[in-house]
Amino acid sequence: MKKSLFALCVVTAPIACVLSAPVMAADTSTAAQLQALDARIRALEVEGQKLREQTASALAAADAARVELEKMKAAQQSEQASTQQSAALANVSAPAESSGPSAGGANGNAFNPAIAVIMNGLYGHHSLNPDHYVRAGFPLVDGTGPGKQGLSLGESEISFAANIDDKFYGQLTLSYDDDNGKIGTSIEEAYIDTLTLPDGFNVRAGRFYSNIGYLNSHHTHTDNFVDRPLAYQAFLGNQYGDDGAQVRWVAPLDFFLELGGEIFRGESFPTAGANQGGIGTHTLFAHAGGDVGTDNSWLAGVSVLKAKTSLADDGFSGDNTLYVADATWKWAPNGNTKDGGVTVRGEYFLDRRDGTYALPLAATLDLSNPLMNQPALSQPWLGDRRGGYVEAVYRLNRVWDLGYRFDKLWAPSSGPFANDFDPVRHSLELTWRNSEFSFFRLQYSHDDPTRNSTDNAIYLQYDVSLGAHGAHKF
Amino acid sequence: MNKFAFFTLLLFTFAAPSAHALNVFACEPEWGALVHELAGDAVTVDVGTTALQDVHVIEAKPSLIAKVRRADLVICSGADLEIGWLPQLIRQAGNSKVASGPGYFMAAEQIVTLEKPSKLDRSEGDVHPQGNPHFQLDPYRVLAVAKAVDARLIELDPGKAAVYQQRLADFSTRWQAAIKVWETRAAPLKGRKVVVHHGSWIYLLQWLGMTEIGALEPKPGVPPTSAHLASLIDITKSGNTLAILRAAYQDPKPGDWLSEHTGVPAITLPFTVGGDDKAKDLFGLFDSTIDKLLAVVK
Repeated sequence: MKKSLFALCVVTAPIACVLSAPVMAADTSTAAQLQALDARIRALEVEGQKLREQTASALAAADAARVELEKMKAAQQSEQASTQQSAALANVSAPAESSGPSAGGANGNAFNPAIAVIMNGLYGHHSLNPDHYVRAGFPLVDGTGPGKQGLSLGESEISFAANIDDKFYGQLTLSYDDDNGKIGTSIEEAYIDTLTLPDGFNVRAGRFYSNIGYLNSHHTHTDNFVDRPLAYQAFLGNQYGDDGAQVRWVAPLDFFLELGGEIFRGESFPTAGANQGGIGTHTLFAHAGGDVGTDNSWLAGVSVLKAKTSLADDGFSGDNTLYVADATWKWAPNGNTKDGGVTVRGEYFLDRRDGTYALPLAATLDLSNPLMNQPALSQPWLGDRRGGYVEAVYRLNRVWDLGYRFDKLWAPSSGPFANDFDPVRHSLELTWRNSEFSFFRLQYSHDDPTRNSTDNAIYLQYDVSLGAHGAHKF
Repeated sequence: MNKFAFFTLLLFTFAAPSAHALNVFACEPEWGALVHELAGDAVTVDVGTTALQDVHVIEAKPSLIAKVRRADLVICSGADLEIGWLPQLIRQAGNSKVASGPGYFMAAEQIVTLEKPSKLDRSEGDVHPQGNPHFQLDPYRVLAVAKAVDARLIELDPGKAAVYQQRLADFSTRWQAAIKVWETRAAPLKGRKVVVHHGSWIYLLQWLGMTEIGALEPKPGVPPTSAHLASLIDITKSGNTLAILRAAYQDPKPGDWLSEHTGVPAITLPFTVGGDDKAKDLFGLFDSTIDKLLAVVK
């Protein structure tokens, strides 16, 4: 633009000079001179007109140049844009480090373990007063039985997990418990796992839930029902966890096969007393599993737990052996188990006792202890008890599931808890899931714990998880 | 003598792994197909999921543990797509080769992801802190991943480096030629708008110059609700909306409902290899995706 203004100036200046000339020459004018001048003026005017035309054409040329320049600029910009685009496409492969977490030293929390919090709450209404609840053939140990009347906070836990270094992984789970009014925090699990043992071997050490059966190693918040099956309550006090060590091996086969064994201190139910120098319990387990087509998956196992026990919570001392067989079958169209399908699971327990019974000390001191209903006389405790459950859960979609569970225990025909009635329970549940992180569950149970008593129970439960996204077992 | 022969055979059977072909476990079909392009028969590939499964919510099935147990290399999308199951598989399988190091390959770490959330809050639905993990439908990112996979194969199996190099060169040539064809064919799609089921298409849309104007899921990972679908009617009807997109594994009902109420066609794209008859490999996946999009251009 500046250039074109300059051009205009250059062109118009002489015209102004020429036009002012006739005024200065007026005094000495004659007609001829005037005519001559007139002719000159005309000539100059023509010249001026020409110059003006030239100016206009110069201006037009300048304009054209400007338009061309702008076109070039635009072209250059779009070229830049396309260069940027290809640069962006080249950028897709840039290493992620640049955008990853800020360098270690900057943030002291960068290596914090993954924290997951589980909370659940429960409302239960029982037609049979839980304080008067007795189960034929099977004494109730701490934390088992029908649960509380009314509102209560369920098990709430917080768990920390992380790789410790290149060779170990660690996990700590603290839980808030409320056992018969004894409120406290306990270490539910605290263990380390190896990461780098060769050939499919894994070693775990610390406090952890045994890998026997199916449900035992699963945390209760992943269960399909509000409470554990009767057999888990009766034979494992809901879940057997203790201080110990585990070796597990996964076979390099086309299907899943894991074999393993554990040693435990032998201090939690069904054992007690930490016998044999603090290695009171041994277990062995084998699990196998695979797929049948894309719609079906299965997992089955056999396990055995052997323990030397001194005065367990149910009054037993001696050798106990527990055999567990478990099987799970999941069917879901295209294997999308979260969107539909059916899960069927069953576990069968055989509990063999060879020892003696004595009323536990706790029962004599604590009047609220459910063992108050037990025989007071010391006597031999020999023989087998059995129990099991079968459950089927129908997943309607990602939000709803509906399940039924049948529980049964077979009471012993001899010994301190001899009974001719076998406790039976039916449970029906409906679960609504808002996301992977929260669900609400409604459950109805019809429980016949003795020949002459029935407990009809309704439960409403919520269960939520906060924080780290835990990957669940099958 | 027979016993001796048997013992020798047994010994060889167990000694053999040192010379065996690499076992690759791919979490998703697209990476299985990519490894097949880059290695052919030089490796064996196990694919953990199918195009008809929702990879966000796979279970840590025993069959998958068995596959990871035998793997020398695990290839997955990463960016937390498999967080609900892959860590469990790796921990249960007890296979130190793939727990970390060169045997553990996350494709998201080789590329730049889009949609990294500035705020992490689960009230926003299933958000991925490391960005959107559904980048298999951007051919440039696939190429970038291919180069990184190839380097990893060479690192783990240097004896076959020549094979891997040659196959990568071959794949790159064919792929780049294919990209040109796809981009030319997809020109009519530029500037068109789509409604999506889940935010699985951002990379495809960005590549083709298309825009997403709504999602059937009210929030990522939250199933569509009727109230939310009704709220999408006006947006969907607004001019120039090409289609309602869903992946082969997604429930067709919500998209069909919206289609009926707006007249905008709902189409099922393969999303990954195996998602329809045509998507037999990576090339077929893109061919089919573009065919199906062009088929609804009026």
